[in-house]
Amino acid sequence: MSTKTNFEIPLEPERYELREGAPYRFDLGRRDFFKFLGAGVVVVSVLRPAMVAQESGGGRRRSGDSLPKEINAWLHIGEDGRVTAYTGKVEIGQNIRTSLSQAVSEELHVPLDRIEMVMGDTQLTPFDMGTFGSRTTPTMNLQFRRVAAAARDTLVGLAAAQWKVDPQSLVASNGTITDPKLKRSLDYAALTKGQRLTQELPEEDPLIPAADWKVAGNSTPKVEGREFVTGKHRYPSDQKLPGMLYGKVLRPATFDATLTSIDTKKAEQMGVTLVRDGNFVGVAATSSQAAEAAIEAMRAEWKSEPQPSNKDLFDYLRKNTTEGEDVTGDGDRHDVGSVDQAFSSADHKVQATYTVQYIAHVPLEPRAAVAKWDGDQLTVWTGTQRPFGVRGQLAEAFHIPEDHVRVLMPDMGSGYGGKHTGETAIEAARLARAAKRPVKVVWTREEEFSWAYFRPAGIIDVIGGVSNNGTITAWEMHNYNSGSAGIRTYYEIPNQRIVFHPVKSPLRQGSYRALAATANHFARESHMDELAHAVKMDPLEFRLKNLKDERLRAVFQAAGKQFGWGKSKIAGQGFGMGGGYEKLGNIATFAEVSVDSKSGDVKVVRVVSAFECGAIVNPDNLRNQVEGSNVQGLGGALFEAIQFENGKILNGRLSQYRVPRFSDLPKLETVLLDRKDIPSVGAGECPMIGLAPAIANAIFDAVGVRLRALPLVPNGLKKT
Amino acid sequence: MAAIRLAINGKNYSVDADPQTSLLSVLREDLDLTGSKYGCGEGMCGACTVLIEGKAQRSCITRVGSVSGKQVTTIEGLASGDELHPVQQAFLDAGAMQCGYCTSGMIMSAVALLKKNPAPSERDISDFMDGNVCRCGTYSRIVSAIQKASTTPVAAAAKGGTR
Repeated sequence: MSTKTNFEIPLEPERYELREGAPYRFDLGRRDFFKFLGAGVVVVSVLRPAMVAQESGGGRRRSGDSLPKEINAWLHIGEDGRVTAYTGKVEIGQNIRTSLSQAVSEELHVPLDRIEMVMGDTQLTPFDMGTFGSRTTPTMNLQFRRVAAAARDTLVGLAAAQWKVDPQSLVASNGTITDPKLKRSLDYAALTKGQRLTQELPEEDPLIPAADWKVAGNSTPKVEGREFVTGKHRYPSDQKLPGMLYGKVLRPATFDATLTSIDTKKAEQMGVTLVRDGNFVGVAATSSQAAEAAIEAMRAEWKSEPQPSNKDLFDYLRKNTTEGEDVTGDGDRHDVGSVDQAFSSADHKVQATYTVQYIAHVPLEPRAAVAKWDGDQLTVWTGTQRPFGVRGQLAEAFHIPEDHVRVLMPDMGSGYGGKHTGETAIEAARLARAAKRPVKVVWTREEEFSWAYFRPAGIIDVIGGVSNNGTITAWEMHNYNSGSAGIRTYYEIPNQRIVFHPVKSPLRQGSYRALAATANHFARESHMDELAHAVKMDPLEFRLKNLKDERLRAVFQAAGKQFGWGKSKIAGQGFGMGGGYEKLGNIATFAEVSVDSKSGDVKVVRVVSAFECGAIVNPDNLRNQVEGSNVQGLGGALFEAIQFENGKILNGRLSQYRVPRFSDLPKLETVLLDRKDIPSVGAGECPMIGLAPAIANAIFDAVGVRLRALPLVPNGLKKT
Repeated sequence: MAAIRLAINGKNYSVDADPQTSLLSVLREDLDLTGSKYGCGEGMCGACTVLIEGKAQRSCITRVGSVSGKQVTTIEGLASGDELHPVQQAFLDAGAMQCGYCTSGMIMSAVALLKKNPAPSERDISDFMDGNVCRCGTYSRIVSAIQKASTTPVAAAAKGGTR
């Protein structure tokens, strides 16, 4: 049986995880600097420092590199018995603050309410590349279990030494070490009192198997949930410092524009701090309204070259591949067997082209930052998935060492892969430098739509060869631009040619929840139905005939059973499926659609997903992630698309860009397969990938129309 | 600029502001009531929802000058001391959030809905709440939470809205 427990997967899924340098380089004099002082009473466990190469960051790694093996995490047990666990990972709605606390609680045998997670603070937490790629559960959760287990063993050792007994005879439970024989006990606070102990993680330390978990494996509610329902939690955009000003930056007329002239006379008379530094023009004022008014009072001229528009998008993508000139070596090619020969002898050969549009993340909290200077020491609170990456950007922008910069990441209002960069951090810091006061910059929704980055658009050509008995004999797939995450097929096919073609993107593009796996699964799983149709086979039977992977088979079978696959349907009703394997998780999603023959309206009525990601850490949160993936996925599947023309976004407002709402909500059913024998992996991304093909296949099933472009029905079926 | 008298969460304030300023920016910047969120600035996402005289309104498109003398309730004013409003409690119990950024606005809209319709159907909830966006996609949990709160007798009574 295939269990896919090897975590050293190739890094290709992170192709588009943005690691940009600073967009501005400001001319600042060198100043004296001082080092931040580290705090901490007792460090119980410290891992070896992250690899130097990792620390330097910046450069994009070549595809095929494995993820760093050293995952850093540490925890303190204070003299009061309270546990503080430190990680560079951040909380963006995926609820890892809760799941990581569960991991610590489980192995350390300490109640959840005595654990505090310190996350994404570059001064206090270990280096971390960033919170992306569904890496937290397979790496950080495991690491916290190991760290907590080592901490527990250290405490047991302290108690054993004090009592002069064999550590094996002692029991750790509920924050206390007990000697059952002599009926005596010491709580963690008593054991840590006066200690200054540093313990490295041992090579091997057996962990509690998932089958025996007591805290992990439970549906622990969101820690600090009360702060959120009372409005008390302070997101990055809610941060406020004494004397703080509000900043606003002048945006160019188009992308890639150069400022040729500007008249700031009126703005200067409005009592604001004005900064003009190359292409950067911004103000800081006592209110956001005053800052906005000053920007509006400016008259600026910009120049830029003509730029592509999305009406020519797919033509443009085909013509602008960067193969051969791509110094990062991002081109990707997978060849097995003799594809051409297999196609010529196939009973059926089906060829089709699928496309996906650029879409926006639309995190409900836009980018935000508050920056404060103390001499040449910079502190920034900002919403980002990469606090250490943003620290690097700030150091670069202001020509200061990284240890002069502290970035803190308060739990933020979501990201979905869209907040890897530090635009507002840099803008706020630049304005704060000039104003000599703290400055907050919060992007408007329009700024977020235009000046963030997008999920890549793409073209995917697929050819499948199949024999009359339903065996797929050959598969060829070419992806232009959208990315290579999930590009490989998990179906058993002897002859394959799979190629990713990088393209010079007409828009700034980057990561997005599940990255290109959504596009590649849309193409592959749609094409599976096209092949099944060609040989007149049931789509589920056809998939299972060509699929050996037990875990994937299991989710397809479980979702099919829950869905009632094979049941009869009425006119306008259609059933379809899609599924696959991504970020170490397995998903199968079945959809029911209803098509109104008069209006052409397509309604997704019911969505059933079966998901398996190893041992389940928190069932309710996992269910929440699967449901959320399907709801968010509705947008990209049905109607989301960025419209752009000559360097401008045309639909960059929420009134012009449709996102899924209550009225779009299908009936959601989620089947979770708990594999306690398999290490836990992430769940924030994989569940999204089955939905779009399931809907496309269901629409075909309903009305016999094959839609091959995402979004499928931005204007209903008739007008597509 | 003018002194504008505001009644928020049962407390009186006087703020020096242009009457044309949005209520949301006054709440957040002048009064440091940051529970109401900015999401779109055009009344399309509901993250800034507050109750004005018990009715759900988008504070980002509400001029502060227009609410002078009216009773405004924000998320900060919903709980009674340590006791959560039943809708807040229902959101917690249903795990009806991921990042939680939409939660304030969702709860305020839900309170207004239950005040108007103490026992809403799923369809009623969907219709009333359609202007509130949750990008994390927790809608089905929010529907459950509202239904759960609707069976809590006190939610249907006078607790919603101004106190």
